[in-house]
Amino acid sequence: MSLRNMVHCALSLVLTFAGLAGLYLQLNAEFVGFTQILVYVGAVAILIVFAILLTRSTEPQNEPATVTPWVGISVAIGAFLTMALAVLASPVGKRAAAPMGEVSVRTLGQKLMTDYVLPLEVMALLLTAAMLGAVIIAMKDKEGSR
Amino acid sequence: MTPLSGYLLVSALLFCIGLAGALTRRNAIMVLIGIELMLNAANLNFIAFWRFSEHPETMTGLTFALFSIAIAAAEAAVGLALIITIYRHFRTANVDQVEDMKG
Repeated sequence: MSLRNMVHCALSLVLTFAGLAGLYLQLNAEFVGFTQILVYVGAVAILIVFAILLTRSTEPQNEPATVTPWVGISVAIGAFLTMALAVLASPVGKRAAAPMGEVSVRTLGQKLMTDYVLPLEVMALLLTAAMLGAVIIAMKDKEGSR
Repeated sequence: MTPLSGYLLVSALLFCIGLAGALTRRNAIMVLIGIELMLNAANLNFIAFWRFSEHPETMTGLTFALFSIAIAAAEAAVGLALIITIYRHFRTANVDQVEDMKG
């Protein structure tokens, strides 16, 4: 977050996402872990790198990359201390993992198609709408400037 | 195996790094990256609480995390499209130089 070169920021972001996917795998959530790799390391990172490269050319190089850094950083540190104290003080944190069998992708799919079928359809609609919206937003200005 | 509090601490740290970035950086793309980090911290919380819950076989946290990943992807696509449009219009991706919404 504090790196000046934004491409380096994007690459560290990819590293963070991959580490999170490793944590998911460690937590017996194989499918979510692989989804994380596909969606974030694959798609979102590519999008961000493209956006950085498309918007980089005229950025001034010598002005500071941050505004009021101390306010933001102290707010973040305060939030972290609050959350860490709450986590360490609560008895939930010491709970051990319940033993569990394999969570197969088959059961997850059956859940998605039975109990969660309405959210699944809404999600499909939302993704379509987001894709169309992104295309239209990025296209409109080009038509106007012609 | 790591207890639940370890995952929660990692998640809190990730959230605060994202918060600091979103609050301080001037470039809109960096603000978006900070928001992505915060969303991922929330996802890690979902998965960790699901794994350490009493009934992991109900898979509530797992499905919620999946939906949340999809939402985050849609949000990133729309956000980056907006940033590119703003950049075309104002010739900058700097959040404090973009001052009006009227063309």
